[in-house]
Amino acid sequence: MSGQIDAPPRRRAGRMLPRMTALRRREALTGYLFILPAGIGLLAFFVLPTLRAAQISLTHWNLMRPAKWAGFENYARLWADAQFWDSMWITLCYVLYNIPVQTALGLLIAVLADRLAKSVALRAVIIAPYLISNVVAGLVWLLMLDPLIGMTNSFLGLLGLAPQGFLSSPDQSLISVAAISIWRHAGFTALLFYAGLQAIPKDLYEAARLDGASEAAMFRLITLPLLRPVLVFVLVTSIVGSFQVFDVIAVTTQGGPAGSTRAVLWYIYENAFQFSRMGYASAMSMVLFAILVLVTLAQMRLLRGDRSDLG
Amino acid sequence: MTVSPRLRRLSGQAVLGLVCLISLLPVWMVLKTAVTLPADIFATADKLWPASITFGNFLRVLGLPSEVAPPANAGAAISFGLAPPTTVIYTALLVSGQLFFSSLAAYAFARLRFPGRDAIFYSFIAATMIPSIVLFIPNFILIRQLGLLNTFAGMVAPNILMLPFAVFFLRQFFLTTPKELEEAARLDGLNWFRIYWHVALPLQRGPMATLAILLSIQAWNDFFWPFLTGQDESVQVMAVALAQYQSQTGQGQPDWTGLMAAVMLSIIPVLILLVFFGRRIVESLQTSGMK
Repeated sequence: MSGQIDAPPRRRAGRMLPRMTALRRREALTGYLFILPAGIGLLAFFVLPTLRAAQISLTHWNLMRPAKWAGFENYARLWADAQFWDSMWITLCYVLYNIPVQTALGLLIAVLADRLAKSVALRAVIIAPYLISNVVAGLVWLLMLDPLIGMTNSFLGLLGLAPQGFLSSPDQSLISVAAISIWRHAGFTALLFYAGLQAIPKDLYEAARLDGASEAAMFRLITLPLLRPVLVFVLVTSIVGSFQVFDVIAVTTQGGPAGSTRAVLWYIYENAFQFSRMGYASAMSMVLFAILVLVTLAQMRLLRGDRSDLG
Repeated sequence: MTVSPRLRRLSGQAVLGLVCLISLLPVWMVLKTAVTLPADIFATADKLWPASITFGNFLRVLGLPSEVAPPANAGAAISFGLAPPTTVIYTALLVSGQLFFSSLAAYAFARLRFPGRDAIFYSFIAATMIPSIVLFIPNFILIRQLGLLNTFAGMVAPNILMLPFAVFFLRQFFLTTPKELEEAARLDGLNWFRIYWHVALPLQRGPMATLAILLSIQAWNDFFWPFLTGQDESVQVMAVALAQYQSQTGQGQPDWTGLMAAVMLSIIPVLILLVFFGRRIVESLQTSGMK
């Protein structure tokens, strides 16, 4: 049925060029010319590399000698590589430390800012950490969390707590990296929620208040459901982003101590660019790609991201 | 459970205040460390204010004559070398290319009619879904085969021609602008490029400026790709120089005052943009991040 509906326009599109008037043909040609540079960029650096990555993943290649066909050997090796799965597990833990706290904090800040302080200055301060690069955020917190001269241990001392190792302790390094990411992203998350809150009609709250609803009930029954499209967007992008944590690790722990922050991107990076295992690294990147697609689809489904409760 | 509205308000404000403090305090500590003498670093570690203020760390990081010597006990002292001007060139190259090519494409997607237009547009958006590491390996190999490692050309190549976000952002603005002026220009016999350049683009000065600010911050902060393709000192951007210094230091104590002066140098331009264009940045991130 749908095939029949689709068919006529497609046929027409095929014949469009010769049938078009000279003017329309010029317009179409200009259109293609205008998107040509961007189209070349898309093809050369996005589409072809994706296909090429799939192809490289089926070879052994150290860039010194020509690539050697390997079939699915890299995938078999990956399946049996405990370190790869360990790095996936570390990444998953990182995501689980990161996302709930970041999202909850973002929501809290957004609701408070919406109620109490709508000034742009406040929002500018809150997103300042987001405008700083990951690399710099990592170094800022390398200073703050340093066991010897870091402010954080001085603060713990004031509370009567023992100094901690943070990034240099295998037990705390991953949580520390997650905390740095939360510091950098919570404000930006809050800004997105804040924008979502502006779209919720205020008379809903007034009506609920007249009916004697509590703040908590209003949050649960009005705010959360109506914020869902934003929530889905934030969750999907931040989860996909956190699976790819790299920069902060590159400047703080470099996968250490004792491999405790060897997240999957760091492991792929090591294989590709330190051990020159292009085939193996590509195979891992393809698996990560597949996992991220599945995670995204699952989230869209679970959270029904395509539908809004408003209207 | 009845909490007085006033108390609730007050505690809410306290939380917001705390959030601001946590956002800014680390940046303050970086600045404080950057103006501290290397000898004072341990004595003033838990103070909010330096014992004395020096700009020597900034000077020595930039390779200028400075009365402040790098600490003797630390590992290598950090030197930025050419990194600051390199970062400026990298950002300027990338952003001007992105603005031009993306606005050209966005204009075509918004105004011109050609077969396959919308399908091509959505394939641009879909490209953002591909994880960077999938692309980085083949792109690195390509740039290496072309002999463009450690050149500006290699560092900007993958993103200068097309940035899906920029195309998307500008297309929205072209679509919501009335097209009467452009139609009049068309009747006057102007060709499409002239209409785009002389009529349509000048109407989007505001959005173009906003986009330029956002893209500049993004390019300024770029790390992974320049880290792979621009390791050589002659083309190192600041983020790469910082990461390389840090990885050479390893577990030892870094040259803290120099490192933080370097960090501060790389934050200052972004902070200046935030101070002058705060409203623009906040409002554009707020709406464009939603798409």
